[in-house]
Amino acid sequence: MTTTAFKEPVRRAAPGAAREPRRRTGRLRRVSLPYLLLLPALLLELLVHLVPMAIGTVMSFKELTQFYIRDWGTAPWSGLGNYQVSVDFDAPVGEALLHSFFVTVGFTLLSVGLCWLIGTAAAVFMQDTFRGRGLLRALFLVPYALPVYTAVITWVFMFQHDNGLVNHVLHDQLHLTGEPSFWLIGDNSFYALLTVSVWKGWPFAFLIVTAGLQNIPRELYEAAALDGAGTWQQIRRITLPSLRPVNQVLVLVLFLWTFNDFNTPYVLFGKSAPEAADLISVHIYQASFVTWNFGTGSAMSVLLLLFLLVVTGLYLLFTSRGRRAADV
Amino acid sequence: MRSIRAAAVGAVTLSLALAATACGGGSSTGGGSNDSPKTLTYWASNQGASVAVDKKVLQPELDKFEKQTGIKVELEVVPWSDLLNRILTATTSGQGPDVLNIGNTWSASLQATGALLPWDAKNFARIGGRDRFADTALGSTGAQGKDPAAIPLYSMAYALYYNKKIFAEAGIARPPATWAELTADSKKIQAKGKSALGAEGSNLSENIHHVFVFAKQHGADFFTADGKPDFTSPKVVEAVKSYVDLMAKDKAIPTGDAEYAQNQSVSDFAKGKLAMLLWQSAAANLKSQGMSEDAYGIAPVPVISGKPGSGTQVNSAVMGINMAVFKNTDNLDGATRFVKFMTSDEEQKILNTAYSSIPPVKSAQADAAFGTPATAVLKDTLAVSAAALPQVASESQFETAVGTAVKALFADAAAGRAVTADSVEAKLQKAQQQMPAA
Amino acid sequence: MSSTRSPVPGTRSPMAPPRSFLWSRRIFLTLLTGFVLIPVYVMVSSSLKPLADVTGKFRWLPSGLTVRPYIDIWSTVPLAKYFVNSLIVAGAATIASVVIAVFAAYAVSRYDFRGKRVFTVTVLSTQMFPGILFLLPLFLIYVNIGNATGIALFGSRGGLILTYLTFSLPFSIWMLIGYFDSVPRDLDEAALVDGCGPFGALLRIVVPAAVPGIVAVAVYAFMTAWGEVLFASVMTNDTTRTLAVGLQGYSTLSDVYWNQIMAASLVVSVPVVAGFLLLQRYLVAGLTAGAVK
Repeated sequence: MTTTAFKEPVRRAAPGAAREPRRRTGRLRRVSLPYLLLLPALLLELLVHLVPMAIGTVMSFKELTQFYIRDWGTAPWSGLGNYQVSVDFDAPVGEALLHSFFVTVGFTLLSVGLCWLIGTAAAVFMQDTFRGRGLLRALFLVPYALPVYTAVITWVFMFQHDNGLVNHVLHDQLHLTGEPSFWLIGDNSFYALLTVSVWKGWPFAFLIVTAGLQNIPRELYEAAALDGAGTWQQIRRITLPSLRPVNQVLVLVLFLWTFNDFNTPYVLFGKSAPEAADLISVHIYQASFVTWNFGTGSAMSVLLLLFLLVVTGLYLLFTSRGRRAADV
Repeated sequence: MRSIRAAAVGAVTLSLALAATACGGGSSTGGGSNDSPKTLTYWASNQGASVAVDKKVLQPELDKFEKQTGIKVELEVVPWSDLLNRILTATTSGQGPDVLNIGNTWSASLQATGALLPWDAKNFARIGGRDRFADTALGSTGAQGKDPAAIPLYSMAYALYYNKKIFAEAGIARPPATWAELTADSKKIQAKGKSALGAEGSNLSENIHHVFVFAKQHGADFFTADGKPDFTSPKVVEAVKSYVDLMAKDKAIPTGDAEYAQNQSVSDFAKGKLAMLLWQSAAANLKSQGMSEDAYGIAPVPVISGKPGSGTQVNSAVMGINMAVFKNTDNLDGATRFVKFMTSDEEQKILNTAYSSIPPVKSAQADAAFGTPATAVLKDTLAVSAAALPQVASESQFETAVGTAVKALFADAAAGRAVTADSVEAKLQKAQQQMPAA
Repeated sequence: MSSTRSPVPGTRSPMAPPRSFLWSRRIFLTLLTGFVLIPVYVMVSSSLKPLADVTGKFRWLPSGLTVRPYIDIWSTVPLAKYFVNSLIVAGAATIASVVIAVFAAYAVSRYDFRGKRVFTVTVLSTQMFPGILFLLPLFLIYVNIGNATGIALFGSRGGLILTYLTFSLPFSIWMLIGYFDSVPRDLDEAALVDGCGPFGALLRIVVPAAVPGIVAVAVYAFMTAWGEVLFASVMTNDTTRTLAVGLQGYSTLSDVYWNQIMAASLVVSVPVVAGFLLLQRYLVAGLTAGAVK
């Protein structure tokens, strides 16, 4: 947006000085300074993210089963074998992976959509001050602030078949269901997972949109008011379009976090998730840790990573193109 | 600029070099050593009501060991949810304890990794010889024909725990000995407004232990003689179906139990909501929940007909905890001495009493403490009618794959969906195809 | 409320909103409050119930109130020890993460250098890495570093701190770049002219101007470290275990102590939630300038 305008003075300062040969040391310091500043971050990223990732990729080409985990060097190379198993959608392993992938996509779209919708609606409704707004805002942030484990375990407690609150309300009190439903096993587990995910995730959208609203110049609203636009119209014509750049980032971040979320399904369902809620992160966990086949597990993870890279790339390409067009 | 680049390149090379060594694995020292003879680390499994209880039970014994030998044992009680993962990471990295407890059903799987010390004749001699241990217990310590990967520490067996008061109210004179009797008794119990039989439908291991026994009773096996998975033979399908039918058709197991995975059924039983429970060595557990020993009776797990015995009359898996030594320990002598200490008659009596299990050490078994009617049932079962789970390298995958299939079948039954031979076979087919090719 | 002369940023028109808007707002916010509050209520009320209440049929009102769970939680599980561990790990990870992110973001925001785009793109793309893929390799690297140098990373708090601080780095750097970009360059140029070095300019001018952004980043880093389960379950042992993993100790072999789980959950949540809510203002301000501009 404004980056190019900002960069100018810096550019003048740094290489400008470099043109004077007498100040070589100064030049070196200036050129090296940004690298020095980046060095700690770079080293950590290498240590914790990039190198392990590279090793993980190497693992995906090996036959790393229980017979070899003790001494990885001796594990035989399996070429693309692990990948072939993962994408052979006619065989059970590939089929299960594909199923898990679709479940995850469906879940992520719904969860991100609902988080965004609720978060935006709440932020817009709370844009103007009213009595109790501060309290309500604090309250709304509680689900986000709670540590994942505590939040999810509370939902497990509520979703129990025999003694849970959800069935108590739906079945015992409202008589909506003929029989108490199962939420932690079977088909309903998808909705249970979605509920928990949205409960935990929407405040983040709320927070970001609230912040985004602060950047909308008041003059826009005043001009619209002069044109005779009422509150609803102002929201439609000014608020929502102005939030577009915010949404671009928000939706992407929510998407990546939700897609890769491990903690929520793991705490909710344990090591073997019901088929209807078999998210890909837990699926891969099971494929590698529970069945002790780290090669196949790694291959699946690499595929997942490639998918996310492509989706993110395309997403950024399309949204920024759209934005550039809108800016003109 | 150049120096920066050099530094960056250096950093990358360093990390890659580390990575390369990482790939080489951390456990190049195969044989173990005696570099630090004064300390041992010991991972105990969670046997008591909680981790804290275990520490209270074990610490005095470890102190005793230290007094005798001067070796200090660092104890860590690892919860079951973490134990296998911790063992796996320890195996991969070579950074683990010296001595550890494993579930005896994992023996063959862990043996295949080659990380555990094999108990050959020489090592056995150091702990008093192979003959000290009961054969049933030794049958669950690794693949047949190989030196055991672990030593039996506590033995357990399944039994039928029944609530005496509920049985009396329902007019049941003696505990059911066959599944048909159990189903009939369940109807009487339900007529009194109580639940009949408990189960942990979402607990993969529990599912496996039960379908394994059902398969035995139907004359079937999950693995062929040469260790290949064979989950879809008609008899296996029938066996799995008849276990799930306890909920789906016979309605003996309440549907709510389909989502149990954290021993809620034990707690239901202790609270008197449930008349019967198939459990392994539950006494200490029930006591900690405030159920007095007079309130329940213990009987052998039912069979299809006749009396418990071998073959199709098997009514329990050989359950228990084994003790293993990591091959790359730096205190090999200390580790074997510790195993010897823990399997000594005296310690066996103390520990197995505390955990209401049966000593796998024959001389300790004879002690009067294990002659009560309650333990007699467990002891007889172990001696006469218990069979070891398949001792194959892919046992842990089997537990996951088939355990998950049974969990899904219970979920179907709970949701009121029909559980048919076809649906059972389909689930088992899928489980079988997820097994490693080897 | 707000006169036209001093417009409050982010508010809408001075006109009173129509009734339809007010009613929609009332209904929507009421429903949402219910959705948010019910689990919180369950948590609080269950933590005060006797065990029989939480293992039997759900009831809205406790049959009796007891503070027993709050006493028992400390002995069932060594909660205090885990608490201290979490505090050390999360605290150290937060401080280090903020410092490192400030440096990196300053470099990206204020300097042009080769590899800048590669750096930002790479760092951000690590957000996509499935944790499960690098859990085991990372573990192995730590073990090998330990074997090679004697620095115990595996099983120690240090290893966990390094891991968590790196987890929060990408988002933190990215947010702070945005925030620093919004601090006028004229300010630090002036400081440079006045004889401050680049570090002086950073510390005296940019950092003070970016406090809200830094607070937002710190809160994020702390929460990341406080709640993580997967890596903590593999990388810690009895002495270094953190709360997120330690809490699982309440579902034991014999019974699930739901009231204690809820009590312990509340105890571990209160510091985070309280801190979060106290810093909420900064958070919105920080995000406003940093993330969403």
